Amino acid sequence: MGSIQALVPRMKAICGAGNVITDPLELRTYECDGLTAHRSIPALVVLPGSADEVAAVVTECARAQVPFVARGSGTGLSGGAMPHAGGVLIVLSRMRTILEIDPVSRRAVVEPGVTNLAVSKAAAPFGMFYAPDPSSQVVCSVGGNVAENSGGAHCLKHGFTVHHVMGLEIVTPAGELTWLGDGTGVTTGYDLLGAFTGSEGTLGIVTKIVVKLMPLPEVVHTLLAAYATTSDGGRAVSDIIAAGIVPGAIEMMDALSITAAEAAVQCNYPAGAGAVLIVELDGPAAEVEAEVATVRSLCEAAGATEIRAADDPAERAVIWAGRKSAFAAVGRISPSFIVQDGVVPRTSLGAVLATIASLADEAGVRVANVFHAGDGNLHPLVLYNDASPAETLAAEELSGKILDACLEQGGSITGEHGVGVDKSRYMPKMFNADDLDTMQLVRCAFDPAQLCNPGKIFPTPRLCGEVPGHRRAPHPAVAAGQAEIF
Amino acid sequence: MDTERALAAAVRPALASACPALRDGDALDAVGGVTPSFVGLPASTAEASALLRVAASFGLAVVPRGAGHGLGWGLPPTACDLVVDTSAMDQVIEHAAGDLVARVQAGATIGQVASVLAEAGQQLVLDAPADATVGGVIATGTAGPRRFRYGSPRDLLIGVTAVRADGVVAHAGGKVVKNVAGYDIGKLLAGSQGTLALITEATFRLHPLPPAVAWVTAEFGPADRGAAAVALQSAAGSALVPSAVELDWPPSSAQASSRAPRALRVGVLLEGTLSGVAERARLMSELLASAGGSPAVAVGEAAPPRWGQLPSPSTVIRVSFWVSGLAGVLDAVAAAAAGAGVRPAVTGSAGAGALYACLDPGTEHDATVRFALSLRERLAAGPPAAAGRSAAEASGSGGPRGPRGSVVVLAAPAPVLAAAGADGVYGPVPGAPLMRAIKDQFDPDHRMFPGRLAAI
Repeated sequence: MGSIQALVPRMKAICGAGNVITDPLELRTYECDGLTAHRSIPALVVLPGSADEVAAVVTECARAQVPFVARGSGTGLSGGAMPHAGGVLIVLSRMRTILEIDPVSRRAVVEPGVTNLAVSKAAAPFGMFYAPDPSSQVVCSVGGNVAENSGGAHCLKHGFTVHHVMGLEIVTPAGELTWLGDGTGVTTGYDLLGAFTGSEGTLGIVTKIVVKLMPLPEVVHTLLAAYATTSDGGRAVSDIIAAGIVPGAIEMMDALSITAAEAAVQCNYPAGAGAVLIVELDGPAAEVEAEVATVRSLCEAAGATEIRAADDPAERAVIWAGRKSAFAAVGRISPSFIVQDGVVPRTSLGAVLATIASLADEAGVRVANVFHAGDGNLHPLVLYNDASPAETLAAEELSGKILDACLEQGGSITGEHGVGVDKSRYMPKMFNADDLDTMQLVRCAFDPAQLCNPGKIFPTPRLCGEVPGHRRAPHPAVAAGQAEIF
Repeated sequence: MDTERALAAAVRPALASACPALRDGDALDAVGGVTPSFVGLPASTAEASALLRVAASFGLAVVPRGAGHGLGWGLPPTACDLVVDTSAMDQVIEHAAGDLVARVQAGATIGQVASVLAEAGQQLVLDAPADATVGGVIATGTAGPRRFRYGSPRDLLIGVTAVRADGVVAHAGGKVVKNVAGYDIGKLLAGSQGTLALITEATFRLHPLPPAVAWVTAEFGPADRGAAAVALQSAAGSALVPSAVELDWPPSSAQASSRAPRALRVGVLLEGTLSGVAERARLMSELLASAGGSPAVAVGEAAPPRWGQLPSPSTVIRVSFWVSGLAGVLDAVAAAAAGAGVRPAVTGSAGAGALYACLDPGTEHDATVRFALSLRERLAAGPPAAAGRSAAEASGSGGPRGPRGSVVVLAAPAPVLAAAGADGVYGPVPGAPLMRAIKDQFDPDHRMFPGRLAAI
């Protein structure tokens, strides 16, 4: 802590006194991100206003060997931005300028604190949008999206953040500013852009992002189908995919989450439904019309008890209201809940949902299911009362068993929320020691001192030893001083 | 010498015990003029691992090989003791049609995978030669016209198994499309040209085969280069969802021999339903015709000539750029070509900001180098902004702009590569020091395809 206090005047000189927080009460407001179960009060919070300031802050941390953690809007759900108790929290919310929009190139350049939705809003006058759309898009930051490789309901068709990031300016853990990628999406040498995106803030701090914009679809058509059970709805999902249709989004909610959403936002979903399926089709009018007809008949054939359609923004908003409010709505019917983020192959959805139901019954715990059915990304909400240690324990145990069930089907422990601090203990269930060791070679290349967001993703850090010195005869170009081999 | 001979005598049985399908290398196995001592054809990831462990224990330089299409591209290896040929690992391990996912061995060919997937009406959207291997396509990062909509191999790869230089087997990703657990090692291996690890298995995201396809082409006269650029930009920015937006600009000699000069062709691929594609092709034709320059617009159900193919060149220079600067890029190519006295064929995914300037084998080496360097210099200042650049510029705070493209010599005759040097071949590469750190971590002895990738 001594070294941290010594950093304070330096940080004030870099960022301005008003942008360095030392007051214990104020520090406490940064103790967690969207996952409140994991908390840690940072020793110091700084709010740099530019890339150069971020670089200077990181340089000071590196020099003092003090850990640092970057934070965007703090909406993450895996504790990825949870501060280090003995370190500096670097908050990027002051850096929120959209630097450029080039509609002809379909590119925007933004600072990391810009919110996800702000990009689409700024692009809208040019008939463009930014495709990744995490549920928190009103507040979550693009820099945070890059760290987590965020998805969203529409990534089924349009891909994840990594498919839409064309260039990054970063501050390396040593404090150097560098660009990754050439801004076009074409790669020269190693794809550092791809490796960095989704590295959960452990390889450096993003200071500028070049994103791809897409033309707004000519038409968007949304269908809501009600079913007696989630397995009926699941059958419709399989049939749609088997028909060769890739919708923009396919979302499902079960009875408990429908009830919760109804109570919270009066979304007026069909009464008594055991499941609702939301299918959104977007694209050229000439294609979407045919797809809507096909999807509608497949939904009916799978036993839909009611189908509603929307093709204007207001009607679509009504359909989406229930889905988008689901997490918050569940918070109203339970004092606390754990959001899981497991993924299974789409064809295993039915089996895993049945397993979750029986596990929940056994444990006597309620689980509400809201999920991205099109890509098999489940968001079981495990409900419990955090005032009861017994209930808390039961909920945590059930959450772990749900992830086990996902892995048994060949799935993943996280589809879009990240590993963070929350799921690092599950990593060895998905990857063996050699796999984890190999991943950490990347960490050692970027951050040998392991000061950048330490303690996240990996259950056990790898020691980044000195690289052995053995070398073969040098390349002629190297010998001639023309090149360095990598 | 005696020790060396004794060592060499020990190497063969050790390699052969790890990988029974081992033979001596011959001239046909040479990579960039370097003939390997041995060629191993492991039958499994386990055999490949054992083989690379033995190679590591003897400090052998290793070059992974698929079909060999990309081996001659880029800088030659500084050493090549062992070629690891993946052709014995050629199985489609699993095609989960309902999940739109397939897991394949690295030596399976693109054509073989395509025929398995087609039975379920699905495809792996990688535009590559039918005899190219999956592993080779990943390692070279090969992408054709449909990169515009679907990206390059890194965008479709969801899981990978690879053998490190030290023989350790590593997995990353998985078999679900949506997965953010751990670092994405697959991205790092895509385009790494065998310099980090040997890819042995890959899992891909698939797409449905479209019921209908159409190509819309617009051919512009030599004086209408600007109009062609505008037409291409309109196509790339349209909501008609093209799968590919290509430019084809043959060298001046080719157009002189043609009866009706057709200097530039903009080609757009549309995929979808029968009626949908017909309607979109009609709208796309109108869009291309409206850019001026009175192009000859046509719609076809077959690919136009040279679609997605590079001419058989000796030199390939890749130019990447922001699409708003396309006209400036074409001007720079023309000016650099005139200055160096070369006649490049220019083709590629201009809508995705990637073009290839190809020079035929008759081109003088000096002129080739001059052309590449001049082109890079002209584009380094940044292509002029497109007319009508948005008002959003005004909101910019004018910070450092960062790179907006690159000029890289992907393939060239050895004397050209030697004369250009790594600096001339690559130009500035963003993040090069980090790339070197990655190489040092994965392959500390620099035995995996040593010398292939270099950067200043």
